[in-house]
Amino acid sequence: MANVPEDLHYSKDHEWVRVDGEVAVIGITDYAQNSLGDVVYVELPKAGDEFAANESFGSVESVKAVSEVFTPIAGVVAQINESLADEPETVNSDPYGKGWMIQLKMSNAGEVDSLLTAAEYEDFTKAETE
Amino acid sequence: MVDFGGWDMPVQYPAGTIEEHLRTRKHAGLFDVSHMGEVDVRGSDAIAFVNRITSNDVSKLVDGQAQYSALTTPQGTVVDDLVICRFAADHLLLVVNASTTDKDWQWITSNLAGESVELKNVSADYCQLALQGPDAQMILQKLTDLPLAEIKYYHFSRGRVDGVDAIVSRTGYTGEDGFEVYAASERAEQLWNKILEAGDTGSPTGVLPCGLAARNTLRLEAGMALYGNDIDETTTLLEANLGWICKLDKGEFNGRDALAQQKQEGVKRKLVGFEITERGIARDHQDVIVNGERVGHVTSGSPAPFLKKNIGLAYVPIEHAKVGQEIRIDVRGKLVGAQIVKTPFYKRAK
Repeated sequence: MANVPEDLHYSKDHEWVRVDGEVAVIGITDYAQNSLGDVVYVELPKAGDEFAANESFGSVESVKAVSEVFTPIAGVVAQINESLADEPETVNSDPYGKGWMIQLKMSNAGEVDSLLTAAEYEDFTKAETE
Repeated sequence: MVDFGGWDMPVQYPAGTIEEHLRTRKHAGLFDVSHMGEVDVRGSDAIAFVNRITSNDVSKLVDGQAQYSALTTPQGTVVDDLVICRFAADHLLLVVNASTTDKDWQWITSNLAGESVELKNVSADYCQLALQGPDAQMILQKLTDLPLAEIKYYHFSRGRVDGVDAIVSRTGYTGEDGFEVYAASERAEQLWNKILEAGDTGSPTGVLPCGLAARNTLRLEAGMALYGNDIDETTTLLEANLGWICKLDKGEFNGRDALAQQKQEGVKRKLVGFEITERGIARDHQDVIVNGERVGHVTSGSPAPFLKKNIGLAYVPIEHAKVGQEIRIDVRGKLVGAQIVKTPFYKRAK
């Protein structure tokens, strides 16, 4: 069973968001990394890049396929996870911790409230696999 | 699970593609390749007929020997690549790709010109399991009395594996030593489970079941072509680096004259291997750029888990096809540097 931490917000594209003051930390879920298989490459934006909600900010590649990743909320990139350049497999081994992808300065702090809760995301993934 | 040529097949098993790939190179991997097609050819004209529709020289085979070959069009392009097994002078078995089995059957039967042969599409009757890797012989030997060490590369023998009638062929699609075991299709599960057991699949050095993704990364590292990607009905054998299975002197065969002419004139483009030299992974169908111009395209692009590089095959114009030539690949709008290298990318230690 995929891990779905309680304290995070989720999107239907299988990204998670953790709010830390004005900053939102974003990555892909355990369900997503498991479906992808071994991650071999992560393409991330630059600090300062701005994104609207649901815009693609980069991509995650497995051996077989390329998947875009989308930010569930609008913001400006404050930091990216440089370690993923040399260790993309961290996305598989620690998707909610060391496998984080970008940190956004949120354009609109209330936006996370319209995302899915852990329970809603869990139901969503169950329905997807049926 | 995905649809592959009409078959429901796993992309990977729980261990994951990279582990499946590495385990096959270090120990052993087991592949269910029952999707492959088989055509049985019998009769006094078996060799003459098959020799007329394929590019390699079937008449050179002895009983129990196999060869890699191609079904060619009159233009010398590829209908399919295949392995031809000679059981006897009047009995051959053609092993073809899953996605082209029906096309090949139509092609082969429509090429008959009154020869004394009986053709049968026996694809449904056979299952095929490929056990590949340095430990393959040791593992398979536990299940058979056939003296596996005596079966040479691209030769095969008939016997029993786990009591089941089988053809055991020292062939494969990984670049490792290994065997392909053909048996009655209803025996697939039994043989699959027995081989995993004999190969101690639970152990970190045991045999792993491998999916389509690992099958692709292994064959690509070994520089082996994939029909539909690297070869198809628009590519000639000479352009595809398959001149070695093209025996122009054997006599008349489909496409012989076209290939002889192309050999004389020289090919205008060639299938080359490349290694990415910057950050990025090349993927199928991406453009190859030289001097700012789109000059060719990637036919197979992927990470290479054993070599720890990102590699691929591409058609480029002959003037840019030299080893060492620097090229760029258009990876979804970003130009990524690469260099043409010799193939195979990987060759196992003898």
